[in-house]
Amino acid sequence: MQLVTPAIGLVFWMGLTFSILLFILRKFAWKPILNSISEREETIHNALTQAEQAKAEMARLQGENEQLLAQARSERDAMLKEAREIREKIIGEAKTSAEDEAKKLIARANDEISKQKNAAMDELKKEVANFSIQIAEKLVSDKLENNEAQQKLIAHHLTDLTKTATA
Amino acid sequence: MSDNQYVVKSAFFGKLLFLPLFLFFVANLAWGNPENHAAQNVAEHTIAVSDSSHNGHVHGTEASVHAASSEHSEAAHAEDAKYDPGKMIMEHIGDAHDWHLWGEGEHAVSIPLPVILYTSSKGLTIFSSANFHHGHEPFQGFMLHDGHIVWEDETNTEAIYDLSITKNVAAMMVAVLFLIVVTIRMSKHYTSRPGQAPKGFYNLIEPLILFIRDDVAKPAMGDKAHKFVPLLLSIFFFIFVNNLFGLIPIFPGGANVTGNIAVTMVLALVVFITVNLNGNKYYWKHIFMPDVPVLMYIILIPIEILGVILKPFVLMLRLFANITAGHIIILGFFSLIFIFGAMNPNLGYAVSPLSVAFTVFMSMLELLVAFLQAFVFTLLTSIYIGMAIEEHHHAEDHH
Repeated sequence: MQLVTPAIGLVFWMGLTFSILLFILRKFAWKPILNSISEREETIHNALTQAEQAKAEMARLQGENEQLLAQARSERDAMLKEAREIREKIIGEAKTSAEDEAKKLIARANDEISKQKNAAMDELKKEVANFSIQIAEKLVSDKLENNEAQQKLIAHHLTDLTKTATA
Repeated sequence: MSDNQYVVKSAFFGKLLFLPLFLFFVANLAWGNPENHAAQNVAEHTIAVSDSSHNGHVHGTEASVHAASSEHSEAAHAEDAKYDPGKMIMEHIGDAHDWHLWGEGEHAVSIPLPVILYTSSKGLTIFSSANFHHGHEPFQGFMLHDGHIVWEDETNTEAIYDLSITKNVAAMMVAVLFLIVVTIRMSKHYTSRPGQAPKGFYNLIEPLILFIRDDVAKPAMGDKAHKFVPLLLSIFFFIFVNNLFGLIPIFPGGANVTGNIAVTMVLALVVFITVNLNGNKYYWKHIFMPDVPVLMYIILIPIEILGVILKPFVLMLRLFANITAGHIIILGFFSLIFIFGAMNPNLGYAVSPLSVAFTVFMSMLELLVAFLQAFVFTLLTSIYIGMAIEEHHHAEDHH
């Protein structure tokens, strides 16, 4: 069969052409192309790795920032809390000291009042004594005629006096 | 015809190995000689074809043109008067000493190709095939018979080594030149733009290159793939480009390069040499000292040696049969027009739309086959090399 009988000429030319093709393509085409492709792949791979690293770095930095922020926030909160405590403490202290002062003042005023009162009572007693003496002098000078009537009168005056003194 | 369509569908669904060969024979029987019965065997049929096809380019229906030029018997005249699709198809898928462009018989326009002959008596003889005047005239003691160059003196039995640049050689060289120009321009494109993605047409080729490298070479060979990737790429693109050029019906395509047994034989030979030169000790141990009882060697060693030869042999046949079958089917659909046209011209016109539709369909299928066969050849080459260089400690590992 002609169709399945390899022709020697075609075998020869095919062998020659294919060898030349193989040589030329291997040296001038596939080698540079495959090298370029693998170089590009390496570049892309590196770029991707670097991007991944940058991303990780970013995440790390962000985490750090957040941590710092949280720390700052907690510090601020602590400071505010402390300030509030101090304020309350100061206010409380002021209040207690004011109360003490007031109490002291009141006590002092009370003392003064009672002192004044005592002084006034003493004065009054002196006055009453004076009045009594004066009344007595008047009674003595008005002749002691009616003893009973005089007694009454003295008593009457004394109550009046004590009333006015205590009022 | 329905048989062939059925077979084409089967091939389409993956039975790529031997069906095309079968198809080829079926097609041969069906279209070989309409007046002969299909029961005729292949060998007889081929004789019939070669008897009737003594003229390079006569396949018209006009008997007078042929009768004027024919120097053969009356029986041959009568046979040639009819349109013979088998002969036409065989001429188209076969080789020729000139590149036929258009026209019939005496009016045929073709590009003459150089004839290069070597004989021990005359040495190297080079002349243009135009000197044969389409096989009608002898030149320098040689003449063209059935597309073969023979001695004008029929009693001379000296061997002629025909190293002519035939149609297939020229078509292959055109394809190879195209491949070289494209790939070298591509490599310049790559080196001039380091680190950047390719643009335009090269962007179309790169996926193919990556496909061969990553999905064909690497799974089969692993770390050693880089050594064989250039060879695989060359084989793949050689077959692919020639397949595609073969589908172009006009010059510079149309030649049945990858459907020629000589071309596929050389490709298979390249694979055979590569596999056996790179085979490691495990490969050879597996062939000559398999891990079986010594008595089994009597059976196993011949089988293994047969396997070594059969692998590239099957590669050769598969590519040849697939591409030739594709060409035969397309030509067969066109032949229908002329078969029916010979019965009645109106019938020929009526059949032509159907014929064209089927041809378009088949051409699309052939585009797929063009890629598929290039891929299958490359994949199997890769697997064979991979098996030969595989480092394993037990011969049974890959069973």
